[in-house]
Amino acid sequence: MSFARSNQVHIYGWLLLMPAAIFLIAFTYYPTVATLAHSFFSDGTALRPSVFVGLENYKLMLEDEVFWKVARNNFWFALGTIPVSVALALLMAVWVNGRLPARGLVRMAYFTPTVLPMIAVANIWLFFYTPDIGLVDQVLGMFGAPGHNWLGDPDTVLGCLIVMTVWKESGFFMIFYLAALQSLPPELEEAAKLEGAGRWYFFRRVTFPLLMPTTLFVLINAVINSFKLVDHLFILTKGGPDNASNLLLYYIYEVAFSFFDEAYAATLTVVLLAVLAVIAIGQFVILDKRIHYR
Amino acid sequence: MFECLKRTLAGTLLAGALALGFASGAWAKVELTMYYPVAVGGPLTKVVDGLVADFMKENPGIEVKAVYSGNYNDARIKALAALRAGQPAQLSVMFSIDIYELIEQDAIIAFDDIVETDEERAWLNKFYPALMENGKTGGKTWGIPFQRSTIVMYYNKDAFRDAGLDPDKPPATWDELAAMGKKLVKKDASGQVQRWGVMIPSTGYPYWMFGALTMQNDQVLMNREGNQTYFDAPGAVGALEYWLGLGKTHGVMPEGTIEWATLRQNFLEQNTAIMWHSTGNLTVVKKKAGFDFGVAMLPANKRRGTPTGGGNFYIFKKTTPEERTAALKLIRFLTQPERTAEWSMKTGYLGTRPDAYETQALKDYVAKFPPAAVARDQLEFATAELSTYQTGRVRKLLDDAIQAALTGTKSPSEALGAAQKQADRLLKRYR
Repeated sequence: MSFARSNQVHIYGWLLLMPAAIFLIAFTYYPTVATLAHSFFSDGTALRPSVFVGLENYKLMLEDEVFWKVARNNFWFALGTIPVSVALALLMAVWVNGRLPARGLVRMAYFTPTVLPMIAVANIWLFFYTPDIGLVDQVLGMFGAPGHNWLGDPDTVLGCLIVMTVWKESGFFMIFYLAALQSLPPELEEAAKLEGAGRWYFFRRVTFPLLMPTTLFVLINAVINSFKLVDHLFILTKGGPDNASNLLLYYIYEVAFSFFDEAYAATLTVVLLAVLAVIAIGQFVILDKRIHYR
Repeated sequence: MFECLKRTLAGTLLAGALALGFASGAWAKVELTMYYPVAVGGPLTKVVDGLVADFMKENPGIEVKAVYSGNYNDARIKALAALRAGQPAQLSVMFSIDIYELIEQDAIIAFDDIVETDEERAWLNKFYPALMENGKTGGKTWGIPFQRSTIVMYYNKDAFRDAGLDPDKPPATWDELAAMGKKLVKKDASGQVQRWGVMIPSTGYPYWMFGALTMQNDQVLMNREGNQTYFDAPGAVGALEYWLGLGKTHGVMPEGTIEWATLRQNFLEQNTAIMWHSTGNLTVVKKKAGFDFGVAMLPANKRRGTPTGGGNFYIFKKTTPEERTAALKLIRFLTQPERTAEWSMKTGYLGTRPDAYETQALKDYVAKFPPAAVARDQLEFATAELSTYQTGRVRKLLDDAIQAALTGTKSPSEALGAAQKQADRLLKRYR
């Protein structure tokens, strides 16, 4: 009897899983596997069918100067956006969690950039960064600084993108920190006060460790976003000048839809997926040990 | 993930096409689907819908579905995705420079293989030759010009007067452009530039502007077969040196790259006295300029020159003979002189054939608004827009080289030499 019964339970379980599984397989796992397979084939056209080429696409990638430049850019972009936006988010969350006048308004103000679509944001910032007539140059001009071609200078363009992304992102992360802060029991703070702990000490030894699960979540999101967010490039720079602001995903888009080299795009996608997987696993393994879950 | 996106897109298109096929029981009617992109502002979709409705009234046996499909890039992606899904449209307006890509994908059929009567054959020769350059290769005509433009020079006449220049004599040569530019630059007490002499955009479509400069230096960028580029020819290097020099040596243009999207605003705010831009901006500038402005042909060095730009009609290969005939009929209808004139006035695009400018409507319009004729007059000096096999890659090589030179990371000859070498590698297998 137990055999038939357990069989029934199994079927029941699989049926429950099926709707989600179908969508996951159709839209996540199958495309992933197909992309991996595709990266071992040459790009096919109607006149030149695609053939198996083994690792040739990967070899090509290693010799591709643009790929390395884009990878370097993405590294600096991640390094520039992640720590700053997370730190800023935490700071803003602590600030608007306290008692201050018009708290709701301030919270909303911090959250506004998140609500705006990236394309709209990029269009606004495009005019901020415009040489001479843009907001940035107008403000700097009041202090006598000469106009600068922010997006046209390979030395400043990536920095400009980083600043804009931090502005856009930190409000979003702030919401998570704010929610986490509000779930902390107030007794802890009262107890700490009785013990005579300073505010900084309390933050460092109590609040921050208790926020670690949120920090992990936010960090993973920030890392993924630093590879995933490229909408602004379409508007701001198209990856230029001379690839100085090109990021990996945008390059994949170019290769796939401007160059129509699907095989090479698949190769780059595999690399992007691998990098993201390694980072995510690393974060879980390393940070998990230091996180106190209640 | 793009794979997934594309498959989904193709799937959706397939499903939609199938649903349509089942829904329509009327077999007698020829049904055409036409994709078309819109790359400039304005209510162009309404204009197209109006033209198509007129066509169906005249031809009750043909049902046309005109599908707006985003910008040029989107249109190409949609058309190719539908093709792979086995349910392509019958005709489409796409970027004129997509021709080699579409031939390589075996997606389109040459018009020479469709036309039957002598009258139809004669029709193929009714267009401006410069506009046909991007539609012909291998001795055949693959694209018929529809929404086409060139680069023109917009200049601020008030600024010309302010600088003591004759507002009716815009610079006609490279030397004049540099010299007049110097006079047009206005600085404040602390030496900061308040108004630049000239701006040539170098993001978005740098290769397009560069095509104008090289043509003016009597050098084309590629051969007719689309398998050879001339990026490192002395004429091309000289053109890039001049472009770089406008900022670096003459100080009439800001150094670094100049943003395509904000350039019009720069001109309207009188931050620059001259800009080079597409004719497609004419209507907007006309509406918004708070000063007296003029439009002129681009200046010459060894000769005048500009590349053409914009979209052509293509007919897809996966079509029945009836559909091809119907598609040809539609294209001929849309390119009649009167329709072409109407299209040109409503959009700012060029009238694609000389007899369009002979129609009364367009004659009157040009008389009232002379800048509308500048692009036409310039056609005499126009050449094809950069278009080769592997066109996306080759174009990007050139774009990167131009930007590298303008931002000072490489010298013009170094940047163009490297781009040429890589373009050779890409194009070798097409020779």
